[in-house]
Amino acid sequence: MTQPLLADYFPILVFLVIAGGVAAAMVGGNLLLARRKPDPEKLSPYECGFEPFGDTRRRFDVRFYLVAILFIIFDLEVAFLFPWAVGLGEIGWFGFWSMMAFLLVLTVGFLYEWRKGALEWE
Amino acid sequence: MLAAVAFYAFSAVLIASAAMVVVARNPVHSVLFLILAFFNAAGLMLIAGGEFLAMILVIVYVGAVAVLFLFVVMMLDVDFARMREGFQRYAPVGALVGGVLLVELLFVLGSWRFAPEAPGLRLSPNPGATVGNTEALARILYTDNVLLFQAAGVILLVAMIGAIVLTLRERPGTRRQVIAAQVARAPAETVVLRQVPIGAGLKNIGILRPPPAAEEREALSEPERHGHGGGHH
Repeated sequence: MTQPLLADYFPILVFLVIAGGVAAAMVGGNLLLARRKPDPEKLSPYECGFEPFGDTRRRFDVRFYLVAILFIIFDLEVAFLFPWAVGLGEIGWFGFWSMMAFLLVLTVGFLYEWRKGALEWE
Repeated sequence: MLAAVAFYAFSAVLIASAAMVVVARNPVHSVLFLILAFFNAAGLMLIAGGEFLAMILVIVYVGAVAVLFLFVVMMLDVDFARMREGFQRYAPVGALVGGVLLVELLFVLGSWRFAPEAPGLRLSPNPGATVGNTEALARILYTDNVLLFQAAGVILLVAMIGAIVLTLRERPGTRRQVIAAQVARAPAETVVLRQVPIGAGLKNIGILRPPPAAEEREALSEPERHGHGGGHH
């Protein structure tokens, strides 16, 4: 019933269990053993002795969003390249050129963003 | 046996963290729970035999999409007091919409049936034990499903251009680096060697820095509007 490849991932499962155990031991040990003196001042924001000037929940510039979107798009492009590289021997010239067309379409977008200056940081 | 235990553990954490995404008050915590849900979904994919999909889920969703969500959350101007303000007023409408969606979901689930060949197909996501999941995808993705593949490329192109059109705008007063101009500068136009007599003083012989040009002064005097490093002390 189980997949044959699962045996290869057994070490990762062991790591996961150990990581969860260590994290639980640290948090749980703190809860059990540490001295606790709760105080509202401990949770207040500290800024060199005076009241904070602004809210920490300041809005981000929209430029970060553009960078993230462009990163996702090229990330996906690379994700499509992986199985193509693995199976290139079997999919033949048609598979090769279909990927070339895909890359061409994305290169058009890449040139567009380059010429528009979207990759530049002011 | 171990796979079954792992399946139930991943599923339980997945459902719990998905519920926390909706319930958590702080939107940043919601995104973090979403990342946990993505990781557990990747584990489920692995158990089902979709090795490549599991890795892509981690790379693309955890590495990129979650970061994008985090940016979106940070960009929203979330004011909790204002968000709770109209709760009483909007609660009936919200409950109505939620109820309609629930009824729709119940209708869909009521007519849900498993395909007769589904249990058999579930056990063999790969054609044969020697072919990996990645290779099995490669065999059909680029040849049999070439139209869908190219459509994916066009969608990515549209997303790229749309993001640039929507968010890229020129800001006045910013100065870009022009590498060609920097490289083309010759020493002769920037460096002047002068003889300074002993005890003359720099002010007396008039070799102070020239005053900045007009537009440069303007840019300097303009207060920084979007400085992220402004509030540190």
